[in-house]
Amino acid sequence: MNSQFTPGVVPKRLSTEDLSHNFDDLHAPLVVHEAAVAADRCYFCHDAPCVTACPTDIDIPLFIRQISTGTPEAAAKTIFDMNILGGMCARVCPTEELCEEACVRELAEGKPVEIGRLQRFATDTLMKSGVHPFNRADPTGKRVAVVGAGPAGLSCAHRLALLGHDVTVYDARPKAGGLNEFGIAAYKSTDDFAAREVDWLMSIGGITIETGKALGDALNLDAISADFDAVFLGVGLGGVNAMGIAGDDLDGVSDAVSFIEDLRQASDLSALPVGRNVVVIGGGMTAVDAAVQSKLLGAEQVTIAYRRGREAMSASRYEQDLAASHGVKLMFNVKPNAVHGNGAAAEVELEYTQIIDGKLSGTGENMRIAADQVFRAIGQTLTMDGGLALEGRKIAVTDTGRTSRDGVWAGGDCSSGGNDLTVTAVAEGRDAAMDIHATLTGDV
Amino acid sequence: MADLTTEFLGIKSPNPFWLASAPPTDKEYNVRRAFEAGWGGVVWKTLGSEGPPVVNVNGPRYGVVHGADRRVLGLNNIELITDRDLFVNLEEIKRVKADYPDRAIIVSLMVPCEEDAWKAILPLVEETGADGIELNFGCPHGMAERGMGAAVGQVPEYIEMVTRWCKQYYSKPVIVKLTPNITDICQPAAAAMRGGADAVSLINTINSIISVDLDQMAPAPTIGGKGTHGGYCGPAVKPIAMNMVAEIARSPETAGLPMSGIGGITTWRDAAEYIALGCGNVQVCTAAMTYGFKVVQEMISGLEQWMDEKGHTSIDDFMGSAIPNVVDWQHLDLNYIAKASINQDDCISCGRCYAACEDTSHQAIAMTADRKFSVIDAECVACNLCVEVCPVENCITMVEQQPGTTDPRTGNVVVDTYANWTTHPNNPSATAAE
Repeated sequence: MNSQFTPGVVPKRLSTEDLSHNFDDLHAPLVVHEAAVAADRCYFCHDAPCVTACPTDIDIPLFIRQISTGTPEAAAKTIFDMNILGGMCARVCPTEELCEEACVRELAEGKPVEIGRLQRFATDTLMKSGVHPFNRADPTGKRVAVVGAGPAGLSCAHRLALLGHDVTVYDARPKAGGLNEFGIAAYKSTDDFAAREVDWLMSIGGITIETGKALGDALNLDAISADFDAVFLGVGLGGVNAMGIAGDDLDGVSDAVSFIEDLRQASDLSALPVGRNVVVIGGGMTAVDAAVQSKLLGAEQVTIAYRRGREAMSASRYEQDLAASHGVKLMFNVKPNAVHGNGAAAEVELEYTQIIDGKLSGTGENMRIAADQVFRAIGQTLTMDGGLALEGRKIAVTDTGRTSRDGVWAGGDCSSGGNDLTVTAVAEGRDAAMDIHATLTGDV
Repeated sequence: MADLTTEFLGIKSPNPFWLASAPPTDKEYNVRRAFEAGWGGVVWKTLGSEGPPVVNVNGPRYGVVHGADRRVLGLNNIELITDRDLFVNLEEIKRVKADYPDRAIIVSLMVPCEEDAWKAILPLVEETGADGIELNFGCPHGMAERGMGAAVGQVPEYIEMVTRWCKQYYSKPVIVKLTPNITDICQPAAAAMRGGADAVSLINTINSIISVDLDQMAPAPTIGGKGTHGGYCGPAVKPIAMNMVAEIARSPETAGLPMSGIGGITTWRDAAEYIALGCGNVQVCTAAMTYGFKVVQEMISGLEQWMDEKGHTSIDDFMGSAIPNVVDWQHLDLNYIAKASINQDDCISCGRCYAACEDTSHQAIAMTADRKFSVIDAECVACNLCVEVCPVENCITMVEQQPGTTDPRTGNVVVDTYANWTTHPNNPSATAAE
């Protein structure tokens, strides 16, 4: 048995009980009474700001009223009508920057209606009952390929299946779910929720998932386009940006997304090695998820090093505070210059930064902090090349997800626009499905 | 400094807050707790004739209409009068009165509509030393089926007759408790007066079915698959009760008849409102049944504070002050013009005023893309709906339009002269203004 103070990157820093406790639900689900009290606070606003703030336009006042009148199942249907992954979004949405930030009670009292937790209450209630609240339309005879079984792809596939199309979903990984399954912190999706949600979504019928099939030689865009009536790409961002600094290849330096994935797929958390001194380079949700989970695994010191100021950090203030409350140190305006160590990482050399004429540069003031494990979390990049027009470094799409190629739509993190949120990916997949449907049925 | 001491019908109590005849006053134990908590008086739970007491159901007696957060808005009950032996109750009343001489104890009575029955019980009550009696002519459930309670209260002649017997065989004040389950409250009140009643108390509970159990397809509370109507009380009935109080206060025949106000009194403010409408004191039940006896402490401190703020030194100072301002609709000033006004600093942009006005009223609220809400004076009829649906108190207010300005809705100049329907040109029976 190791401890928090054992040097190096080692497993078993905490007891099984401590680990199990640490990785329990971040927010316990509401019980019936709590849900009733929380639902009573909703004002049923006209043209409610929370709905406007929701990327999937869920009718929030309606579903909360349905909860308060004792019909959480109807509430869930209201949610799923707009967002078939409403269960996961209830867990991972940064509600503090979306619906709950817009809630008029946030303005009135600084305490918004707990929309996220109420959404989870409703969706959990319906999913637990084993009911799938949708029936497919009559078969259209059309076949659509969806590449990528993440939030965008699953949302698109479900909507297409609902409308009567047959859908084949390809995914490179051995399991469906995308970032829901592999990419978010374990304490946000306990009890194998991501996989259960996929099974539940699939129960509408008409969707076949083929895992272990990546776009490449055998499965290329030309072949799929020829084989199907339409194609939706929801391939996400497969590459991880490199730091391009000395020592990047030392043992102990790795991608935060791989760490999070290992953690999510681990059957025994105590077998997962983690450093005594962990440094996460980056400022997004991935950085926070990696940092907090390192701490929860028993790392003694965990630092997030971000090259800009707090306000520029893409992780929300809520997420920053979550990290801080777990004992993660947040360092701003520092950039990594090198990782030092003899074969394995031992220290990270950081330099303070400044912004001159809008350009970030080092101030020349350096420091070294202990680091036997360093995570890169400085963004992911699109890796597929299907000859599609790009916008920036992503696939260029219209409002309804059309790419530069006829018959090919795209959505989620791989496409332009959006904000790399699960809920936005769901909205894009859904909207592309509606456009695909309109196109295939000649409604446009 | 405000003095809450009241002398109602010559009965002194340290404050105007009495507990109504109901479950909280059914026995010595409860009443002692009430007095320790600070209640000024109690009306003891209704006694029946000597002999085997009534029996209550053994299933649920109460049902409730809830507001947000399960706040009790209305309470329905099917409990009968006391189901304890008459002499046990009388002994307890005597003991408690002896121990709390400064508090009022009134004994509620309900016996058959026969002179002998009243003649038998009244000396027993007299002997307890209680301060007076209240005749329960109001309970709408159970006892009414046996010719008592509301069955008496709905027949003015019976009220008059029984009241007269009571005045004949009992020396202390007689209060007649009125049922609201009638058409014109002034009729039973006048009958009580004719019988010699010293006061009326109102209202007793309202006939009600609180809810229907949709699984059992029966009214709730459901007992063995069946339900019955009960008596409704609590905050929800206060407006109905206050209207009846005002009717009695305004009717030439009954004006000046002392009243004890009952119906949904939950806070000091409710009590002050009843007193302003002419009640000499108030009786409380549902608030105590919801929150316990301690609520009286807020009622006392709140009423004292308000009286101090207003410069009232005694209850009498403002008792009945609102009566002259209760008028018939036809006497309302049609030249009084107001417009809603939304305080933008207080507005939380929920849009409920907009939805209410746009969908159900006069389309007098404008909404911008960035959710700013404002009143369109040219459409606003000052209906007050927006004020009442706004979740933020006083965010929307009614602003009186000053004489000399033009009402953009009608194009008419606002005048400061009074004019009502009786003289309005649209009224076919209008009389020319003098």
